[in-house]
Amino acid sequence: MLTSRTFLKRTRAGAVRKIVREHYLRDDIGCGLGGCALCGGESRPALEARPGGAASSLCPGPHFLLPDTNLLLHQIDILEDPVITNVIILQTVLQEVRNRSAPVYKRIKDVINKQEKHFYSFTNEHHKDTYIEQEKGENSNDRNDRAIRVAVKWYSEHLQKLQMEEKVQIILLTNDRKNKEKAVEEGITAYTCEEYIKSLIANPELVDRLASLNDEGNEIETGRIIFAEHLPLSKLQQGIKSNLYLQGTFRANRENYLEATVWIHGDGEEKEIIIQGLRNLNRAVHEDIVAVELLPKAAWAAPSSVVLHDDENQNEDDVEQEEEKEKSLRTSSSNSMLRPTGRVVGIIKRNWRPFCGMLSKSQIKEARRHLFTPADRRIPRIRIETRQASTLEGQRIIVAIDGWPRNSRYPNGHFVKNLGAAGDKETETEVLLLEHDVPHQPFSQSVLSFLPKMPWSITDQDMKCREDLRHLCVCSVDPPGCTDIDDALHCRVLENGNLEVGVHIADVSHFIRPGNALDQESAKRGTTVYLCEKRIDMVPELLSSNLCSLRSNVDRLAFSCIWEMNHSAEILKTRFTKSVINSKASLTYAEAQMKIDSPSMNDDITTSLRGLNKLARILKKCRIDNGALTLSSPEVRFHMDSETHDPIDLQTKELKETNSMVEEFMLLANISVAQKIYDEFSEHALLRKHPAPPPSNYDILVKAAKSKGLEIKTDSAKALADSLDSAEFPSFPYLNTLLRILATRCMMQAVYFCSGMDNDFHHYGLASPIYTHFTSPIRRYADIIVHRLLAVAIGADCTYPDLTDKHKLADLCRNLNYRHKMAQYAQRASVAFHTQLFFKSKGVVNEEAYILFVRKNAIVVLIPKYGLEGTVFFEEKDKPKPTLLYNDEVPSLTVESTTFYTFDRVTVNIMLDASNVQHQKIRMALVEPKLVGTSVPSQATQLNSNNEPKKKKLKE
Amino acid sequence: MAGLELLSEQGFRLDGRRAGELRQLRARMGVFAQADGSAYLEQGNTKALAVVYGPHELRGSRGKAPHAQALVNCQYSMATFSTAERKRRPHGDRASAEMSLHLKQTFEAALLTRLFPRSQIDIYVQILQADGGNYCAAVNAATLALLDAGIPMRDYVCACSAGFLEDTALADLNYVEEAAGGPQLALALLPQAQHIALLELNARLHQDHLPRVLDAATQACRHLHALLDRVVREHLRDAAALLGK
Ligand SMILES: [Zn+2]
Repeated sequence: MLTSRTFLKRTRAGAVRKIVREHYLRDDIGCGLGGCALCGGESRPALEARPGGAASSLCPGPHFLLPDTNLLLHQIDILEDPVITNVIILQTVLQEVRNRSAPVYKRIKDVINKQEKHFYSFTNEHHKDTYIEQEKGENSNDRNDRAIRVAVKWYSEHLQKLQMEEKVQIILLTNDRKNKEKAVEEGITAYTCEEYIKSLIANPELVDRLASLNDEGNEIETGRIIFAEHLPLSKLQQGIKSNLYLQGTFRANRENYLEATVWIHGDGEEKEIIIQGLRNLNRAVHEDIVAVELLPKAAWAAPSSVVLHDDENQNEDDVEQEEEKEKSLRTSSSNSMLRPTGRVVGIIKRNWRPFCGMLSKSQIKEARRHLFTPADRRIPRIRIETRQASTLEGQRIIVAIDGWPRNSRYPNGHFVKNLGAAGDKETETEVLLLEHDVPHQPFSQSVLSFLPKMPWSITDQDMKCREDLRHLCVCSVDPPGCTDIDDALHCRVLENGNLEVGVHIADVSHFIRPGNALDQESAKRGTTVYLCEKRIDMVPELLSSNLCSLRSNVDRLAFSCIWEMNHSAEILKTRFTKSVINSKASLTYAEAQMKIDSPSMNDDITTSLRGLNKLARILKKCRIDNGALTLSSPEVRFHMDSETHDPIDLQTKELKETNSMVEEFMLLANISVAQKIYDEFSEHALLRKHPAPPPSNYDILVKAAKSKGLEIKTDSAKALADSLDSAEFPSFPYLNTLLRILATRCMMQAVYFCSGMDNDFHHYGLASPIYTHFTSPIRRYADIIVHRLLAVAIGADCTYPDLTDKHKLADLCRNLNYRHKMAQYAQRASVAFHTQLFFKSKGVVNEEAYILFVRKNAIVVLIPKYGLEGTVFFEEKDKPKPTLLYNDEVPSLTVESTTFYTFDRVTVNIMLDASNVQHQKIRMALVEPKLVGTSVPSQATQLNSNNEPKKKKLKE
Repeated sequence: MAGLELLSEQGFRLDGRRAGELRQLRARMGVFAQADGSAYLEQGNTKALAVVYGPHELRGSRGKAPHAQALVNCQYSMATFSTAERKRRPHGDRASAEMSLHLKQTFEAALLTRLFPRSQIDIYVQILQADGGNYCAAVNAATLALLDAGIPMRDYVCACSAGFLEDTALADLNYVEEAAGGPQLALALLPQAQHIALLELNARLHQDHLPRVLDAATQACRHLHALLDRVVREHLRDAAALLGK
């Protein structure tokens, strides 16, 4: 089996070391062809013996395709198309892709796993006939290109030996001119991707999806050079080491396309460098990792406050005009405002993703090149080539960037996908998912392959290390319509008179094993995202809504946290166990409340609930006495029309006592588990902390309360909680809620972290010294890790290397925090969109509102009826500006003769502003109190399409 | 940069082996004339030299020596040039001391020590090049050296390591695979009787997975047994041919 071996010598950075590795070359690697007589037939043939595939005018006969690395990296959109089948992916190519782009690697792996695509990955580097050594003077790229050609030759000879009736060709696809020339010299049929795709007879639309790539080196120099050359990576790294350049993340300015900041990730200290002007920005795109050179102090600039959007209808590379604008940035800035300013000298890593947006059709009728305007203002416009411009007009489309040549004002890209008409509900949902980077593709075959086979039942194997708790009277309490039930509870009186309380959490980590595709996908998604009428699951539905969901009257695997408590809710004993439960009832909060409240009911479930409720009250009191905060945020729910799924009404979520009952035990379980995993794994426990906000955060709250004659103390969480409790205003009962909403805004974000990487564990909001997430593993990945840690701690499951690697855990936390933040934004965007739909159908309305914040030129109001927040501006472009007087101390804003304070009651006029198709928004205007000149009359007015109020932010 | 992919989707390890395959084994017996027994063995790039003296009279203090059986004295060391970075101390460090103890335990289980009361058997093993599975190569080399010396044993002692990665048991780990930090099991087996002379596990592994990993290691040991047996028989044939002349 082991034919021969060779030695590979490698050196690593730092000291030169000679590393000798064995390499066994094999003769038992099959060609992947169904029923191949020479290879003894694959167990799962990937390639069709008689390859179908699209008819091509270049090679009319049956053929296999073999792409090289760059082609795979850049044209993955093409390869994913169902038209392209029977492709051989070499190990050489796959490995290079893996090193160069994780997203593309994942995509190609998914394609390979799709049987109907007939992709075969050929392990050429271990094959005795296709492995080659790097020759002297040959760089690794050339070596890999040669390896690819050798493999192609091997395949053609192999196919010839098979003597099939119909000759099957093998075609090398490469966009590299030199490689192609060499291939043709060696007698290999090679085409560029463009040649091949254009030759496809029946599929002209594929051409649009071609990445427009011209080799950097072979670029035809047309037009004049706009940008300075990017320095090669090696030079950049040298420069960074010698402090000549700085490395950082490029962040484009949302309001000004000619300005950006680069966040320098130095050792400990973080600083920002301003980049101004097209040439200095030098083709960097938002989120790229770039190298920056600082300009001399004389050339430093101040962050400009000008709003500049690149949406004039210019189609030409009109650089002079840009220079004019750049000048406008520099004028009038005092020396104290100057900040370090620099220019981009090179790109260390591109972070391009596919972008959503709309086509700005070229005015030239027959033009094929058009500009695409991304929805995200931080992304430059992209030039694409398409023949379907008229069909794509008014549609939301996705475009990928392919490159940005030095002579082009805009980057070049290609059309990827049409999402549908702008304004359409499904399209917009898709857009907001894409823009918030929420992974929402259907789960791939390789992910689904790790699901348990149905019909599923609990086996004896599953019962190992598991307690049978099916006899307990367990029930779940959730919001109505909940299908992913994470948690269930029970409470019973023990023989010694104490109470036993159990929290049972779906045992998701039983089904999701570490490291497999299912696990990786869930880890990547990080959280389930709940939109107004859609849920994007973190785990496939079979798990989320069935096998893991703790539904009533079925046996389900659970992870239980069981306490023995006395009647004053003091914990006497805590124990954790994997278990099997059989929930006796799935209740809604209202149903549970009704059971507790009706004296006639005395069944087991009700007794259990009453016991829980009683304990929960005590627990809550203790917690609040300890200084936990009860904050408020207006939560909104839409009533959807059951047929059209349009929002017909909004309501704020109502909280029942049972809500807080369930919450109380979840908190308790989370704290108990946090303590346990931290005791067991002090270095790599996944915990959650909530830092105390810096005192200055509270200024706005304290000042606002003062203006109403109330005092809010903020020296500790306890003082804050107490003063919020006592802040009552008899004539204004809603004031307390407003104060709590405002207090919420002063808080910091709670985050996941790895215990070995941090010292501060405190959870400020809950007033707990330690906290984690254990209770929702169906919808949060953090909980899955916590389950795994706990399972190892109690000896119910095994550990794996990544679980005990604190750096990997810290990376994971970073991703989870990011995903949670994005999910939250996506949720808000979804609420915002549905609010727009709602007001679209409702027309213009006047509603009562309260002022939450006073700004320099506007007030931010909250409309309690809809839980909707909006900004009322007092300046409009084409109208005379009213005199504004802002007082920071109180805070208040005087407009002409009317003064606005925080918490004032006003009436506003709400309507949908659809003047910009890509950025629709709710517009608010003041009705009461009346202002001279600015207040709108109560009836609807025609909107002026020039109005461009600032983007409104909607918060829950 | 993505880390190393130790096991590809197609089921190949970095060096081209499949999960259950062993590295190439080469061995020679009787490499030193002065010693009672000696052997040189390569398991892939791990190279070990074993030398055996005895049984001979006890040397040094007799206090600790057992009365009814022979004392097995093992010394394990690594050549300074055996690893990528030069080693400072070839032997006497903690790792070597531990390894010596392991070897002692292994061979006490396999040697018929009761045949030689009040005597001593010395086993010296040196790793000339380390590329994973040092203990296993040391055991296998020592077995051949003991056979060369003609010291009675219950059976061959065959040792092989096994690891566990992505739900797959890997046999005979090389250095890169060991360095990845997954659980690693070292098994020294008396193959015919299926007796375990030594079993060591260096990281947590769930008991559910243990049978699979153990099975992989056992299979590997059996395979090694066949290979070692062939080496011994070839050596005997050559020796017999020499005598015949
Ligand atoms: Zn074949």
